[in-house]
Amino acid sequence: MNKPNEIVLSKKDFESNQDVRWCPGCGDYAVLAQVQKILPTLGVPRENFAFISGIGCSSRFPYYMETYGMHSIHGRAPAIASGLKLSRPELSVWVVTGDGDALAIGGNHFIHAMRRNIGLKIILLNNRIYGLTKGQYSPTSEMGKKTKTTPLGSIDRPFSPVALALGAGATFVARTLDTDLKHMGVMLERAAAHKGTAFVEVLQNCIVFNDDAHKALSDKATRPDSAVYLENGKPLIYGKDKNKGIRLAGWEAELVTLGQNSISEKDLVVHDESAANGGLAFFLSHLEQPTFPVPLGVFRDVEAPAYEELNQQLHANATAAKGKGDLAKLLNSGGTWTI
Amino acid sequence: MTTMQASSPPSQGARATARPVEELENVVIRFVGDSGDGMQLTGTEFSKVVGEAGHDFTTHPDYPSEIRAPVGTLFGVSGYQIQYSSKQVFSSGDAPDVLVAMNPAALKTNLPDVKKGGIIIANSGAFSEGNLDKAGYKSNPLEDGSLDGYQLFRIDIAEFTANALSNSGLSKKDVGRCKNYFALGVMLCLYSRPFDKEIEDIRKKFAKKPDIAEANVAALTAGYAYCEATELFPTTYQMRPSMPTPGKYRSVTGNSAAALGFVAASELSGVPLFIGSYPITPATDILQELSGLKHYNVTTFQAEDEIAGICSTIGAAYGGALGLTTTSGPGMALKTEAMGLATILEIPMVIVNVQRGGPSTGLPTKIEQSDLLQAVYGRNGECPIPVIAAYSPSDCFDCAIEAFRLAVKYMTPVILLTDGGIGNATEPWLIPDVKSLPTIEVKYRTDPKGYLPYARDENLARAWVKPGTPGMEHRIGGLEKDFLTGAISHNAMNHQRMCEVRAAKVAGIAKELPPCKIDGPTSGELLIVGWGSTFGAITQAREKAGSEGKSVAHLHLRNINPLPSDLGAIMKRYKKVLVPEMNLGQLSKLLRDQFLVDTITLGKVQGKPFMVSDIYDRIIELC
Repeated sequence: MNKPNEIVLSKKDFESNQDVRWCPGCGDYAVLAQVQKILPTLGVPRENFAFISGIGCSSRFPYYMETYGMHSIHGRAPAIASGLKLSRPELSVWVVTGDGDALAIGGNHFIHAMRRNIGLKIILLNNRIYGLTKGQYSPTSEMGKKTKTTPLGSIDRPFSPVALALGAGATFVARTLDTDLKHMGVMLERAAAHKGTAFVEVLQNCIVFNDDAHKALSDKATRPDSAVYLENGKPLIYGKDKNKGIRLAGWEAELVTLGQNSISEKDLVVHDESAANGGLAFFLSHLEQPTFPVPLGVFRDVEAPAYEELNQQLHANATAAKGKGDLAKLLNSGGTWTI
Repeated sequence: MTTMQASSPPSQGARATARPVEELENVVIRFVGDSGDGMQLTGTEFSKVVGEAGHDFTTHPDYPSEIRAPVGTLFGVSGYQIQYSSKQVFSSGDAPDVLVAMNPAALKTNLPDVKKGGIIIANSGAFSEGNLDKAGYKSNPLEDGSLDGYQLFRIDIAEFTANALSNSGLSKKDVGRCKNYFALGVMLCLYSRPFDKEIEDIRKKFAKKPDIAEANVAALTAGYAYCEATELFPTTYQMRPSMPTPGKYRSVTGNSAAALGFVAASELSGVPLFIGSYPITPATDILQELSGLKHYNVTTFQAEDEIAGICSTIGAAYGGALGLTTTSGPGMALKTEAMGLATILEIPMVIVNVQRGGPSTGLPTKIEQSDLLQAVYGRNGECPIPVIAAYSPSDCFDCAIEAFRLAVKYMTPVILLTDGGIGNATEPWLIPDVKSLPTIEVKYRTDPKGYLPYARDENLARAWVKPGTPGMEHRIGGLEKDFLTGAISHNAMNHQRMCEVRAAKVAGIAKELPPCKIDGPTSGELLIVGWGSTFGAITQAREKAGSEGKSVAHLHLRNINPLPSDLGAIMKRYKKVLVPEMNLGQLSKLLRDQFLVDTITLGKVQGKPFMVSDIYDRIIELC
């Protein structure tokens, strides 16, 4: 039995009547499905969700959600969402973006949202390519990549979105994979529960312009040796046989095999999501294929005051100190004279 | 501390020396010095005192874009001009009757503007060899006879101030900072103004630094006493009050009046105000002023850039707030794409452009009106946005309210144009009774029955629905949308229809505009059409020419887009139409475009406001 005031919603309640227009086989479908699955479980009335996006394939997302939503302009979704969240703190505001939208044209808004720790859930679908403009390299494309605008190979060094978010002071940073639905669901739930900015990078495949962008991870056969799942308080162990690990050699990561050279779990790096120092998370954010397994999971989850709460506090303090504003008093302030 | 006074302060109106007092009708005074000399403060305080004495006044602050340019340089000169009168004042005046120059550079850059035979009060101590050299003077103009055509008064302000504060215990630097109050004291005495209230104000202003407050009080009284005791000045001056409308007044700048107007719009509508802005000269004051008014349901957000400023505002407006973003020309350029978004979303918000000299960074601290076409046309696609322009500092208050009234009534972004001149200039403002202010009606739709996001009312406005309203979840965006449902539509005829309806909605505002007000004959030889801060200079030039029998009228526009519908017919009633504007003819282009009338442009882009004579001379040439 449901309590009288309990909100009963299902995945279906979050599906809009618009035909989804991503390419067949696009990784975005999986993200949409997971989001639609998670939202009914959060205890938030449907009308209190707002999805804001910019431009790009991923930014079509709001049209497919039966919530409030805005498909805005390229790169600006975090700024629009910040204004919405500040004026309506009670809303659950989500930003769906891509590697070009968030990290190229919208890089400034992306980092400043993190810096402020404003209560937005930011999902970045990273396919390491510009899809909607049909195949140009993005800020996350690997060096040497040949695309329509890099016929001789890219000479741009790529961003790690996770490292960038951490560098900007993000209080919640996670990474997941479009083909690992269960893990994605957990990451989205964790993000939804976080106070302040929650950032989730989804490694996502573009079947048309950058197929197999994350092949080693998405292929179930190679994933165990290519990914390390982060678990809070647990050592970094991965591999098909769960016998590989990561330990620190000075400031560098070193891959080791458990049981060899008398190496045990005690020698491995133990994950701590909420370490006061963000160094561990930043260290993890630099583990990349093909040298290292790619960390998936929550890199960082720390508590800090959310921007919208601080703003409400400012208002409360100002009102307590000066009383509720009176227009006539304001107009008559600042040195008056009567004639 | 008060023992520092050079003599006991004279009480109001008392005079120690018997000297002829000349009655003035009108005076223009310009204070000039280094950017660090405090001339803006001196000018502001002087204007406050004359305002309190019942005079109408207008000021024009003119300052360099450098914060503290190297001392004594020509480019570091900061000025503040005030015109006050026994009659109504419409501008800060043409040629100064009095120049208070704190150093050679200030004298050199401003002397050409001073009225022949005018008064020059020079801070003689600053006319050192080094400073003369920096200003490019080969010899000292205070001594070489080059100022013979003026009434020159040499006062070593720094020295007198230092003497007055010799026992203050303040550092040499702090003492140096008090010399602007000495200058103010001299001027208050010369123009027969009491200073008791000013002393009170100084103590209030520097309440947290009582030693500085007392030093400034001492400098002020010393300056006053010096002027009174010395036989330097053969006459002092006085003026009858302007006898303006009785009531309670305060002094406001355009930026301050705009900030008050936006708070008023919020209070009148009962809707919270959100301002998302990025600091930019000369618009920053609005953001600053609103930042201190959080107890008025005002949220201020200093965004990471101009684009985030307007985008956060769009987000807040989407959430149901009165969204405001403030900027100046270059910032306006950066906001362009987002203005298009707000237009296609059809959500209400206000964008203020406190114009400055352009293009690019241009003349950040100087006055210009060259963003008119940018405001009316400067976006991709068919993107109509209502544009209104304020004509004076206090008009910024009314325009701020009007901008939001239009925005919420028509569900559209509205651009309010002011400029650095009226933004920073002060004038007395008859404080309105809150009950007399217009109402701003805001209705959020909450009834889901039959709701279609882009269905329109009789004004072609769609409904404002806040996220959080049950049963009305919908998506909006920058892609073209269906005429009713708002769903993405690439249908050819739908796009034509949507472009036309957005244009018709904005054009429809003309239906509610009052008939144009004409100052002067309703038909005749010449009509002057103006907009924005040129109002004062045009008004005075027209009055002068009119009093000499010229058939000349003046029509000043507040609504630039849409233009009033009777404007075309009115212009045709005159043989010639003159359009003075601080650009190279942008309103002229609009008028020719929309009404097929020939217009004569009088364009001024010198970083300075029009002088009355600029316009008067052109009138005489034309009729």
